[in-house]
Amino acid sequence: MTNLPPYASTGQRLWHYGFLAICVAIFFFLIFPILVIVPLSFNAEDFFTFTRKMLALDPDGYSFKHYRDFFTNPDWQQALTNSFLIAPVATLLATGLGTVAAVGLSQSHVPYRGAIMAILISPMIVPLIISAAGMYFFYSRIGLQGTYWGVVLAHAVLGTPFVIITVTATLVGFDRSLVRAAASMGANPLTTFFKVQMPLILPGVVSGALFAFITSFDEVVVVLFLGSAAQKTLPWQMFTGLREQISPTILAVASIMVALSILLLSVLELLRRRSERLRGMTPG
Amino acid sequence: MTQTHAPVLTQDGRPLKASLARALRRDKLRAFLLIAPLLAFVLLTFAAPIADMLFRSVENGIVADTLPRTVAALEGWEPATGELPDEPVYAALVEDLKEAVAAKTHTRLGTRLNYELSGMSSLFRKAGRSVQKIEGDDVKAQMIAEDAGWGDIQVWSTVKRLSPRYTPSYFLAAVDAKQTEAGVAFLPERERIYLMLFGRTLSMSIVITLACLVLGYPVAFLLAHLPLRTSNLLMILVLLPFWTSLLVRTSAWKVLLQQQGVINDILVWIGLIGDNARLVMMNNQTGTIIAMTHILLPFMILPLYSVMKTISPSYVRAAKSLGANDWTAFWRVYFPQSVPGIGAGAVLVFILAIGYYITPELVGGTSGIFISNRIAFHISSSLNWGLAAALGTLLLLAVMILFVVYDKIVGIDNVKLG
Repeated sequence: MTNLPPYASTGQRLWHYGFLAICVAIFFFLIFPILVIVPLSFNAEDFFTFTRKMLALDPDGYSFKHYRDFFTNPDWQQALTNSFLIAPVATLLATGLGTVAAVGLSQSHVPYRGAIMAILISPMIVPLIISAAGMYFFYSRIGLQGTYWGVVLAHAVLGTPFVIITVTATLVGFDRSLVRAAASMGANPLTTFFKVQMPLILPGVVSGALFAFITSFDEVVVVLFLGSAAQKTLPWQMFTGLREQISPTILAVASIMVALSILLLSVLELLRRRSERLRGMTPG
Repeated sequence: MTQTHAPVLTQDGRPLKASLARALRRDKLRAFLLIAPLLAFVLLTFAAPIADMLFRSVENGIVADTLPRTVAALEGWEPATGELPDEPVYAALVEDLKEAVAAKTHTRLGTRLNYELSGMSSLFRKAGRSVQKIEGDDVKAQMIAEDAGWGDIQVWSTVKRLSPRYTPSYFLAAVDAKQTEAGVAFLPERERIYLMLFGRTLSMSIVITLACLVLGYPVAFLLAHLPLRTSNLLMILVLLPFWTSLLVRTSAWKVLLQQQGVINDILVWIGLIGDNARLVMMNNQTGTIIAMTHILLPFMILPLYSVMKTISPSYVRAAKSLGANDWTAFWRVYFPQSVPGIGAGAVLVFILAIGYYITPELVGGTSGIFISNRIAFHISSSLNWGLAAALGTLLLLAVMILFVVYDKIVGIDNVKLG
């Protein structure tokens, strides 16, 4: 696909470059909306489009005022704090329970494996509005609606499928004879798990944890129904801001979050390389 | 020779078979103990709420709980006779209402019955105020004198129809139907909204899935055929949107699609459209389709890519060496091998699309909203929770069917992320 043979006909050449052009256009479609908001977030005016001054690269056209608003406005700061109070706890819960269960699922003899897997994955598949509705009714009955722990538990359960999937995927490549070797040398199961198995599946666990974190950090539907004003998270604040005519501060928040996702992506890429190196492959 | 039938023993003298069975049991138990905490957690915090919601879609204790005597007295009455219920029913109703007013539950009952017959809500509110005055005999005449509604046979047949503890009425309402004296009937054409919304949710999800396929296939193909170093680099362009917050991407599209937004500005600037003819690309179906295609595209590219990666290039080379031209080699040899990837990606995108809420809510306007938005409306604004639960159950059913299909195509164990 990549290199044309020297004997390619004109038609083949045309098609080849046409195809590349189509792909470039699709990549542009994927990435442009995300990147375009970054310069717009420095807009000195409260507009959502490039002003004449911005296009002329006039420094007066740019300012940090939307960022300043984000970092000084108590509403946004409260939302940010709440997000950081909820997401890590939900992540810990999801990662802990999910990793242990994935290790259990990877054993060779698990009765009703398919059914159990289906139940454990279902929080990822069921539409969020349905999960939110069910949780809203049920958690109201048991007094968890509108509480911190209600939101944390809900976010944790939504994050577990990702942990299960990523850890299970790493366990597929795990050499079971290492566990047997450790056991034959006298290590008890706990030591074997923490000294032998855990370091090797760590990349899977960490990327599962990242997924769980981002699930909670980015989740809005469930928190809208389950949370009260005291649990207002960053996405909640963005959602209400977007629904009632948008404030330009959202662009600053969005840009910060884009930076966050770039950071996340880099961590994941490093993890992938590490796990490939551990398996004796040269990272590509 | 006689020894062959004696059981083989392990070193500690047990039969090998028993010993192995014991080890297997222990293995199973250990695996189960590891899974149990999460299973319990998911069942408690997730499955139980869903089950609770399913139950709510048929649950209807309110009439029987608020008006127990009336329900008992109505037992012998048949609306088909065309006669109003007798005096004892009215007497029972007054007694029930007096209690309900004291417990302040009569307005809730009125709201519930109003879903079935409009006017019930005010009838009950009014009765709550006047019922204290009714005393002595001839309760029936007094009630009808207070409000003619109590002399309406439709009111009584509605009360009777909703007396059982379980009702199909929410499900009927969810498909724009209603129970009447003559049986189940659909609402008049112009009042049908839910069937239309379900239809729109399905058709827009199909359009979005197809759009993702058309855009995702070439990109996945390119990524699968580039050298690993280049493709990993380009993969970032797919993974960055995948990892970017949903709300960030939705707000980006809001900014781009606005009438005073970037895309319209560019179109005006290059002279394609006039300044007064700016395109309306948001708060309608177009907005939802564009934004959701962008959001779900990575979910199509990633499974497609992982399937295409496994297709050996030698098949296409073999086809060409046998005289196939580029198109035939692709269509007859390559494409069929990529079909599992198409299946996996399409079902995944479709499952995700059909339940979307946030994006249609923000860029869909009224013509671009999905059934999810209506469910949210009934939970938080109209407070018709039974109907919300029934709509949710139908949506859940659709997703579950798709989930089974996905399991058949890909296997839930083989879902890959990133």
